[in-house]
Amino acid sequence: MTSQARTMVRETGRTRRKPFPWGRTLTFLALLVGAAVMMVPFLWMLSTSLKPSTDVLTLPPRLIPREPTLGAYGEVAASFPIWRVLLNSVVVAVLTTLGQLVVSSMAGYAFARFRFWGRDALFTVFLATLMVPFAVTMTPLFIIVKTLGWTNSYLGLIVPAMFSAFGIFLMRQFFLSLPVELEEAATLDGSSTFSTFWRVMLPLSGPAIATLAVFSFMASWNNFLWPLLIVSHQNLMTLPLALATLQGVYPGQTQWNLIMAGTVLTVTPMILVFLLAQRWVVEGVTTSGLKG
Amino acid sequence: MYERGLRRYGTLALFLGPALIGAAVFLIGPILASLALAFARWDLLTPARLAGLANFRQMLGDPEFWAALRHTLTFIAGYVPPVMVLGFLVAVALNSRIPGRGLLRAVYFLPVVTSWVAVGLVWKWLLNPQYGLINNALSHLGVPGPAWLFDPAYALAAVILTSLWKDLGFVMTILLAGLQTIPQEYYEAAAIDGASPAQLQRLITLPLLMPAVFFALTISLINSFQVFDQVYVMTGGGPAGATTVLIERIVKSAFSYSQMGYAAAMSWVLFGLVFATSFLISRLRGRWAA
Repeated sequence: MTSQARTMVRETGRTRRKPFPWGRTLTFLALLVGAAVMMVPFLWMLSTSLKPSTDVLTLPPRLIPREPTLGAYGEVAASFPIWRVLLNSVVVAVLTTLGQLVVSSMAGYAFARFRFWGRDALFTVFLATLMVPFAVTMTPLFIIVKTLGWTNSYLGLIVPAMFSAFGIFLMRQFFLSLPVELEEAATLDGSSTFSTFWRVMLPLSGPAIATLAVFSFMASWNNFLWPLLIVSHQNLMTLPLALATLQGVYPGQTQWNLIMAGTVLTVTPMILVFLLAQRWVVEGVTTSGLKG
Repeated sequence: MYERGLRRYGTLALFLGPALIGAAVFLIGPILASLALAFARWDLLTPARLAGLANFRQMLGDPEFWAALRHTLTFIAGYVPPVMVLGFLVAVALNSRIPGRGLLRAVYFLPVVTSWVAVGLVWKWLLNPQYGLINNALSHLGVPGPAWLFDPAYALAAVILTSLWKDLGFVMTILLAGLQTIPQEYYEAAAIDGASPAQLQRLITLPLLMPAVFFALTISLINSFQVFDQVYVMTGGGPAGATTVLIERIVKSAFSYSQMGYAAAMSWVLFGLVFATSFLISRLRGRWAA
């Protein structure tokens, strides 16, 4: 033990009362200031959405509306099929997620447990596609979807997004972590491969499925570029796309209270999903790092 | 896997078939088609024709492409270092024993789950030169705020600022997950040996956090090469083209000018940049670990 360390031990032995934790207090205060910075945009969005048009452009800006009103929400609903758009986002996100779960869990299981010619090469190809930016596939994908007649349709929004190399990778890693003995026991009991997968393996995959589900839902809900390319009808727009076009709907001065009302409607469902499924969201982010 | 013959292939087809067909049509097919398109000219109306390296030559003489590349690289330079440093600081702070840790983590992470269109619009409003909250706060400090998104000198900086706010929680989360894998005993043992808090950070936290740091760094770099949504919503590439980025140039070439081959060629240059960056980072990481 160095002399410095000995002094330290002697000193800590002598002090009966713990000194005031200055470092931790400062850290805490700095974090609070940071948290305020993180929250202000959300509060400003909510506040503006509750103001009547006459109160939006006032100086100095007021964070608390003088007369809170839901008028902006009503106006957005009147000038835009907002409920239809909300429904579109839900339908597209739910079906994309279900499709991804089915495709990824089955393919992931095959890569984890089946032995077949070219398996590892094929899996490497799947993994390699993870590196390819969407911009590369975008143009041909658009032409394929257009050729199939899927522009301005749910099919175009959902089907291409069902095949994700990330999902297959995640499920494969999970199945590899389960003991093979489980399937061997089921096979001895006369269970077919599919029913072993369906009745034994899937029920055990809750954590992986939850992660993939939340992650895929989030990516679909927030996706912007792809809907922008293939949807032009108002009736098939998803929330982010509708919100982006809302910017140009009102002639003249930007109606910030209406735009912020649309923003609240877009952001709130995802925030609720996050609060309910925090653990799986964080899991998805830390394992994949992809933002969709 | 224990079955034989035709039945075995039937099972394999059942499990792998959907993924293979889907990936062939919507993922791998388009990648190969895009590679072919990069060496062709196609305006969607007349048949495509081979053009060799014409698209790449066009890029060399296209000032808009170079401007988009410059803006993308500027974005990366202004965004990646601060997002890593701030993310690290917040992660370390949120890893210590402080009250309300769980809630604070959620607050910092909240912007990550929101759509870029929504938060892009909120920030556009916050950055409004006259009625925005930010310039009003600045005027209280006696600083005249710039016109932000309307000023070519500040527009990209404003987009970077917004991106930092949105992605801080993302980097923080990855680093926090890394911090939590470091065994607490290491710190206790080192403290008994007389290590100062600064030494604990330098000798234990940093080296053991390196895998998470490199992961976050790689992802941040790859994502920022593909910056698009925030720019589209906040500035539309303006003012005066000051914020046009690579993806925007590609989207515009393909969908406004119907230059499918040229767009594909640019997208492969983007891929090359992403690939080279990931490769360099992995080499760097290997050297660090060695």
